[in-house]
Amino acid sequence: MRVGIFICHCGRNIAGVVDVNWLKQEAAKLENVVLSEDYIYICSEPGQKFICEKIKELNLSHVIVAACTASLHGETFSRAVENAGLNRYLLEIANIREQCSWVHQSTPEIATKKALRLIKAALAKLTYAKPLIPIKAPVTRQALVIGGGIAGIQAALDIANAGFDVYLVEKGPSIGGHMAQLSETFPTLDCSSCILTPKMVEVAHHKKIHLLTYAEVKNIEGTVGNFDVTIVKKPRYVWEDKCTGCNDCVDVCPVIVPNEFDQGLGARKAVYIPFPQAVPLIYTIDLEHCLNTEKLIVCENCFKACGPRAIDFLMEEEEIKIKVGAIIVATGYDVIPLEALPEYGGGRYPDVITSLDLERLLSPSGPTGGVIKRPSDGKIPKSIVFIQCAGSRDPEHGRPYCSKICCMYTAKHALLYKHAVPDGKVYIFYIDIRAAGKKYEEFVQRIVEEERVLYLRGKVSKVFGKNEKLAVWGVDTLTGRALEIEADLVVLAPAIMPAKGWKELSQTLKLPADEFGFFTEMHPKLRPVESPAIGVYLTGAAQSPKDISETVTQASAAASKVLALFSQKRITLEPIKAEVDLELCKGCGICAKICPFGAISIIKKKKKKYAQVSKAACQGCGSCMGACKFNAINIAHFTLQQLSEQVDALLEGEKWQ
Amino acid sequence: MGERTEMELAYFPGCTLKTTAKNLEISALAIAESLGLNIKEFPEWNCCGTVYSLASDDLIKQLASIRNLTRAQSLGYKTIVTLCSMCYNTLAQSNLLVKDNGEKLKKINEFMSEEEDYRGEVEIKHFLTVLKEFGLENIKQAVKRPLSKLKVACYYGCLLLRPQKVGIDDCEQPYILEELVSNLGAEPVNFPYQVECCGSYHTAIKPEIVAMRAYRILENARENNADLVITSCPLCYFNLKDRQKDVKRLYTGFKKMPVFYFTEIMADALGIT
Repeated sequence: MRVGIFICHCGRNIAGVVDVNWLKQEAAKLENVVLSEDYIYICSEPGQKFICEKIKELNLSHVIVAACTASLHGETFSRAVENAGLNRYLLEIANIREQCSWVHQSTPEIATKKALRLIKAALAKLTYAKPLIPIKAPVTRQALVIGGGIAGIQAALDIANAGFDVYLVEKGPSIGGHMAQLSETFPTLDCSSCILTPKMVEVAHHKKIHLLTYAEVKNIEGTVGNFDVTIVKKPRYVWEDKCTGCNDCVDVCPVIVPNEFDQGLGARKAVYIPFPQAVPLIYTIDLEHCLNTEKLIVCENCFKACGPRAIDFLMEEEEIKIKVGAIIVATGYDVIPLEALPEYGGGRYPDVITSLDLERLLSPSGPTGGVIKRPSDGKIPKSIVFIQCAGSRDPEHGRPYCSKICCMYTAKHALLYKHAVPDGKVYIFYIDIRAAGKKYEEFVQRIVEEERVLYLRGKVSKVFGKNEKLAVWGVDTLTGRALEIEADLVVLAPAIMPAKGWKELSQTLKLPADEFGFFTEMHPKLRPVESPAIGVYLTGAAQSPKDISETVTQASAAASKVLALFSQKRITLEPIKAEVDLELCKGCGICAKICPFGAISIIKKKKKKYAQVSKAACQGCGSCMGACKFNAINIAHFTLQQLSEQVDALLEGEKWQ
Repeated sequence: MGERTEMELAYFPGCTLKTTAKNLEISALAIAESLGLNIKEFPEWNCCGTVYSLASDDLIKQLASIRNLTRAQSLGYKTIVTLCSMCYNTLAQSNLLVKDNGEKLKKINEFMSEEEDYRGEVEIKHFLTVLKEFGLENIKQAVKRPLSKLKVACYYGCLLLRPQKVGIDDCEQPYILEELVSNLGAEPVNFPYQVECCGSYHTAIKPEIVAMRAYRILENARENNADLVITSCPLCYFNLKDRQKDVKRLYTGFKKMPVFYFTEIMADALGIT
């Protein structure tokens, strides 16, 4: 064993605290160490070259790099030692920056001693390291996209246009998502449907896209490159291959219910398409409201009216099993319900609505034909109060974060309203205006300056009904005055939340989420579309609140990550997997129970039971190793022996067991 | 003292109930009796502490409250019932403070060494909560003279609802009084000012502030066609009722609005005279 130690200064980051020179000399005295050198930036190109040269020159068999964290530069140095012909698993990183110099800035002497201990610990672990060979596995080159909003649509199109099959799963009867509900989009005022509908049609006609609407992902097993997915297609009681979208069934249906697509402001029948441009253009019978039940048929109007005989009340749930290599999560958002905002009269007064409701009132295809009418009496409002941050930036509502898009769409709403009702009055309560984005600030300024809109910096304390109007109490913090405004309509910019069902999906995909339910990315800056679940990618508001352009950007980014994966027929997986010692294993099965990835099974061979690990499914988490009573299961590169030697070295002989 | 059952409730009156708010006590206890609720005034209670102290390091201000809880505990009670909103609020907040903070409880117990140690297990309930738990449907059955056509504005003030952790109902849109009076046959009116401040202790030094507050609150009740206003808090009651002559001085057009404790109209509905 011929060990080389390379100590990085990281500029002043390490060398400003740790006495690198002393460290180098002390490290050189350690057993099996043939070289101990320091370098100003070891991660730099010449730094890496230096490592390579020394490996070859001194015929080093093992390498320790004492620098920053392995999650930042582990890959960099692994490649460097590989270039010199060394197995990458014979490299160990001692983190003397995050775990030493940064946290002990005020005590440099102790920091220096700790740095030496960290190097000794790395050496102890390295002593028992074995060269490992990466595992190769075939890639199923088709993708699953969950969610058919603009994020899912864009990602699916990008992957399909590159020639790979995509399964696009949408839980509603049509794709389009929230974007289909919007009237115009900021800052260009493009009509939302006009730019979205062509993409929806493209999805519908694309040979490589397999569209599964009214369907949900039930189960996912396997690992990157080879996921086994079970999808449940809910019965829409209309055969997709027979329905022509003629609308005859709707004409005869006697049941009228609020249309979810119109935020309940318009109506639909029990047999319906959510909106005229729906894709696929296939009707759905909503059995919850239909007069018929699964057991009893009392109304046959639609059945009789349907020319192509597409309606089938006996249709059942269908399970579809597919195999994919990568998954994109594009499940989008919901908004905080009005009922959760009682201080603004939410849920109590019909004329307190959300911005999403207003989008439907502004939309030419909406329930009012684009004329802004207030829900209570259908009158055109002559004064509107907009309340931004309704629930957002508000720890009392459990949502301390900024919902990001509200400043922009509220400005847009003010503009659209003023153009429709020029003598109408607009008051906007805001905390501060966040308009970072291309042409965003200019857009807001235009409305502030040219549209006779009153921006009031402050919060609203209360909204209540007063003589067919709404009294709004608020404060203008710039003048220090308490205000009472009488409004015909109050529009809340509701906090954005992850779409319902995030918890179940998080469990199915082993996908971590933050305390609000937004899925977590691998790295917020450098790996924003990859999730910690390898092979699962994130896009759109499922990750954090986003506007359309940002969502589309991220969708294409996620698609490109999938395409990079699909560019190879076989993928390389880390060989850091569980290994069973057949002599010690008693086949008790505790490891199989505890494994979060279902990678361990108990098999019987020659009358003896023992655990068997599926290398493809194992993620190397180590739960089994911790649980095994007989020390019979080890994670390669992190064996019990390696870890205990490492801890012993760290404690320098102090007892820890 | 032996253990008492869950049904036995210790009644904590507080100072006003024995002086200016006798009508609240008399009507409430009569209601309790007619409904068969086991509520008894416990001996040797003292001041509730009036206004919960927000000083986090000055525990001496919690002693009055905690001593009452200790007393109820040593008598074997599990629950204290209050009628006054202020007493409810002060006792409930002090109770929460020591429940959540063992160190503070220990300090207080050590200081009050002549008493037994308080264990933090007594529950504080307002009479309204007790009635709700008794069952609004049961109350409806007991009504002898329904308050038909009576339009009631239910005024909560602050102490029953805030802070949220001791609130007996939603602090923005409470409903417990409305629920109660509609089961008595009356019609609760829409009343947006129901949680607005009555002016509180400004009444002692700046009565004109209270008069202005009272005017807006009472006018809001009138605009919504209320025949009368009900409340559970003796201070709100005083500010809304007794300050009406000051209101009249400031706003000459103001017409008197009747103000009652909720227990007074309830006793009436139950046929208690």
